[in-house]
Amino acid sequence: MTNWSLIIYCGLITFFARFSMIALIKKEMFNDRVREVLSYVPSAIFPAIIFPAVFLDNSGVLDIESNPKIIAAIIATIIGVLSKNILATIFSGLIAYWIIIFF
Amino acid sequence: MNNLKIFLKGIIDVSPLMVPVVPFGIIFGVLAIELGFNAYATMGMSIIIFGGASQIIFLQLFSGGASSLVILSSVGAVNSRHLLYGAVLSEHLSDLKLTWKIIISYFLVDQAFVVSNDYLKKSKDENKHFHLFGAGVTCWTIWQITTFLGIILGSIIPEKLGLSFAIPLTFLALLVNDFRKLINVIVIIVSGVVATLGYQIIPFKAYVIVAALSGLLIAFIITKFVVKKND
Repeated sequence: MTNWSLIIYCGLITFFARFSMIALIKKEMFNDRVREVLSYVPSAIFPAIIFPAVFLDNSGVLDIESNPKIIAAIIATIIGVLSKNILATIFSGLIAYWIIIFF
Repeated sequence: MNNLKIFLKGIIDVSPLMVPVVPFGIIFGVLAIELGFNAYATMGMSIIIFGGASQIIFLQLFSGGASSLVILSSVGAVNSRHLLYGAVLSEHLSDLKLTWKIIISYFLVDQAFVVSNDYLKKSKDENKHFHLFGAGVTCWTIWQITTFLGIILGSIIPEKLGLSFAIPLTFLALLVNDFRKLINVIVIIVSGVVATLGYQIIPFKAYVIVAALSGLLIAFIITKFVVKKND
């Protein structure tokens, strides 16, 4: 299950995203409007990973009843917003998840 | 200051930010092994891609059977947030030789950017890029060591712990500051709902891209509307 060429292409994309910021992009290229919309990129892309992983079961079917991941994710969100701490968010979610599935 | 001193200062300045990177790297290593990647491929990802969010999105999509095109465009989309930093850094580094620009680009992760950006603004030295180099090399070293630890732990940690749940939690953790702003919350919900409902329907697992574009479109519309109202 290895796809080296895909890994290398992903490496190149990541590299050029960084390289372009140093070598190609100049201040004048971005007006405030573009900058403002770009600032929403994390809010636009991360939920596309988060929501399906939380709300769907292993076969990709919507699972809202008796889904421990939903409660754990809500707890992690609350802890995260209150603490603003990356680690506290991850571990509160994991611990909540383990408490629900093991006890 | 000489090159070495500035390099060392970069290492010292970035060190506090390495604390959350340690578990992040370990989580990546553990997940890669649990999702069926071998140790070489896992280490290879950390060396070749060298970017936490890119690598985890790669794991998620590759193990879910997404096509190459979708994986590549998703990694590109995740990295597009870096373009935001562009204006700031190019100002300080535009006089460097191409070789240095290439080296620094490889090591340029969020943590190094944050601490060195402060330093670059204040310093007038010609060799101030050594600060960014030092910070970047530190991040790189920590990332490789913790990936390796994760690979070892991944073969020990039982699968029923459900550690793959750490993937959405990691991305959630990167978003916590955005939950305080209404427009961000709207964008988050639109993207999340589109991705969840589109997961089965949208072909080639392109749900990530479709959802992200929907979110950005909403952000574009709302900000345009808000800006106009303020005029």
